[in-house]
Amino acid sequence: MLKTFTRGGIHPPEEKLSAHTSIQPLPLPVTAIIPVSQHLGTPAIITVNKGDIVKTGQVIARGDGFVSANIHSSVSGKVLKVEEVTDVSGYRKTAVFIEVSGDVWLESIIRDETLDKKIKLTGEEIISKIAESGIVGLGGATFPTQVKLTMPRGKKADCLIINGVECEPYLTSDHRLMIEKGAEILVGVELLKKALNVTVAHIGIEKNKPDAIQLLRRLALSHKGIHVHALKIKYPQGAEKQLIKAILNREVPSGGLPVDVGAVVFNVGTVYAVYEAIQKNKPLFERIVTVTGKSIRQPANYRVRIGTPVSLLIQSAGGLPDSTGKIVCGGPMMGKTLINSDVPIAKGSSGILILPSEESARKTIEPCVRCAKCVSACPMGLEPYLLMPLSDQKNCDRLEMERIMDCMECGSCSYICPAHRPLLDFIRLGKMQVGKIIRSRKL
Amino acid sequence: MNNLLTVSPSPHVSTTQSVNKLMYGVILSLVPALLVSVYLFGKGALVVALVSIASCVLFEAVIQKYILKTDIRVRDGSALVTGILLAFNLPSNLPWWMIITGALFAIGVGKMTYGGLGNNPFNPALVGRVFLLISFPVQMTSWPLPLVSRFQYTDAVTGATPLGFLKEAVRNGEAVPEVMKQLPDHMQLFLGQMGGSLGEVSAVALLLGFAWLLYKKIITWHIPVFLVGTVYIFTGILWMIDPAKNASPLFHILTGGLLLGAIYMATDLVTSPMTKTGMIVFAIGIGIITVVIRVFGAYPEGVSFAILIMNAFVPLINKYIKPSRFGKEVKHV
Repeated sequence: MLKTFTRGGIHPPEEKLSAHTSIQPLPLPVTAIIPVSQHLGTPAIITVNKGDIVKTGQVIARGDGFVSANIHSSVSGKVLKVEEVTDVSGYRKTAVFIEVSGDVWLESIIRDETLDKKIKLTGEEIISKIAESGIVGLGGATFPTQVKLTMPRGKKADCLIINGVECEPYLTSDHRLMIEKGAEILVGVELLKKALNVTVAHIGIEKNKPDAIQLLRRLALSHKGIHVHALKIKYPQGAEKQLIKAILNREVPSGGLPVDVGAVVFNVGTVYAVYEAIQKNKPLFERIVTVTGKSIRQPANYRVRIGTPVSLLIQSAGGLPDSTGKIVCGGPMMGKTLINSDVPIAKGSSGILILPSEESARKTIEPCVRCAKCVSACPMGLEPYLLMPLSDQKNCDRLEMERIMDCMECGSCSYICPAHRPLLDFIRLGKMQVGKIIRSRKL
Repeated sequence: MNNLLTVSPSPHVSTTQSVNKLMYGVILSLVPALLVSVYLFGKGALVVALVSIASCVLFEAVIQKYILKTDIRVRDGSALVTGILLAFNLPSNLPWWMIITGALFAIGVGKMTYGGLGNNPFNPALVGRVFLLISFPVQMTSWPLPLVSRFQYTDAVTGATPLGFLKEAVRNGEAVPEVMKQLPDHMQLFLGQMGGSLGEVSAVALLLGFAWLLYKKIITWHIPVFLVGTVYIFTGILWMIDPAKNASPLFHILTGGLLLGAIYMATDLVTSPMTKTGMIVFAIGIGIITVVIRVFGAYPEGVSFAILIMNAFVPLINKYIKPSRFGKEVKHV
């Protein structure tokens, strides 16, 4: 029996079109547009001025406060301007524009790609170097990694969980990374184990990636305390709480953090970034991005510098098809739609999905027939059919009682609804209202 | 590219399932039982089914257009399902005007007064059936014999249903094992060779439909299995206490509208609970009430009353039986 989480979940078609396409480096853009807020938390403070010459890997903005992250230049060249742009989230954010000339890297970065297994740093040194390197959760949440590694007072993790689930349809960047950089990822796991002072690490991978499971299992034989788990295919298994439930059978309490049940979860992309930062002195300025969609000529996985406009990725994959109706950054279940293709790739952008216009519009909303499919699909055990009208009525007391804040917006309810009701849209509105009330209580 | 991009919140993909497909899936699953019915009761079954379906669809369309003044949505198939299910709950010699009256009550009062599809607390087809049963008790309990007079409609040869026959016999003080000898055997009951409503007689056709509904994931197994299971256990206990006064549990399951009710009426999406535990409570409730009516009540059959009574409890069940939340312990933030 393969492991999985117990409540809810759905099986959207997998559509992993680019699963067998190796990672290729993407050509550099003419101008890199690097937002200074690519993470959860306070925006970083810009440390360069217009006209400055920067090298690839150089800090251009310093993390401000504890929950924040450094931003590094992903290219070499001249700082053109600092201006607001619309980023992948759809909000206006301050960004540094850098005109690319050549590709001159900081001398401290080791560009030799041989595997370096020797761990020289102590746990604390690893954490501070991770902070210095601007690493955030690359699965999409973009939570600063050093914050996750710093245990809240009185808390202790007993194991590390590595998320190689990639349960979103279409996306293959984590899959390719595991196949191509498996050995490096395992060294990254060792580094994180040391930083957290734990002896056990679990890697969870869904069984639709048998090559990755096999490879990592083989490589893990030469590591102590690293277990690779094949998981049943079920969305949203890549969600932290669901992954912990699947692997450890522990439930993170409502409103709690994974560390409340002794676990800390990192995405494989983040683990690889940690390997590069510690062993190769390379800060986070590039990531793997899947460019995909049924209408795309060559679905592909690219190694992309942060700040590269989405249009360049689409061009490399064969250009934007005429039938395009929607550009999604991320997967089809939780990704965000872009307003145009000039938006720059950020640390949290795992994929670019092109949807044809016939798949872009919402289907006609019909009356709820109370089929209860949304209740069965909710991985948090909530009742979306009930939360939708309560949100519409702004009945915040009831919403809080019905645990609306547990919703992680995975979209399973909206996906499964045969009446195509926009359940999650309303739940988001309800969460905003209730969130406001909860915050005001703390003041 | 000159077309505009759509910007909308996630998710960006959705199921290929739809309300129409759910309804037409139910309709397809009802075909075997309808065919068996036409085979057993002939012309009468056809007339009853057609009149019921046509009037249900027509009444829904008329009410939507002229009373509610909304779009006509009969194409969603829900009125069709009500029409077939209402016909399945009627004897095959019921006069046409009674069927139309029942259809008007089912759709008009049972469904549209509450706002149409998705809003009705009671199963509309059962509302129609019970209305007819109370209004026309004689016509609603005279059952054409199967395989006899298949070319007659209102002048068919009639007899009692096995349950009715049993009730009458027990009332007259006859011993059940003796009565059983005069009734069709279990195999005949399983195939449907007994008097009864159009759709309730053939267990095999209903089970075929059940398999289809499960395969298409239109319903889950919980309600039918727990309902039939409850009836089996309850009647089994009574049977073991006094086999001279009570029929066997298998007899109870194969006769009357139990399977039709368990598979099609109790599982009605709109009027059944939203959680699995709720469904189980609901099903057990129906099972118990059914047996109480059949064994201790005045009516020989009680499935439709039992379902309607439990329909009334559904909002209460939904209020108190919640799905098990992830992370039961709440950490106060």
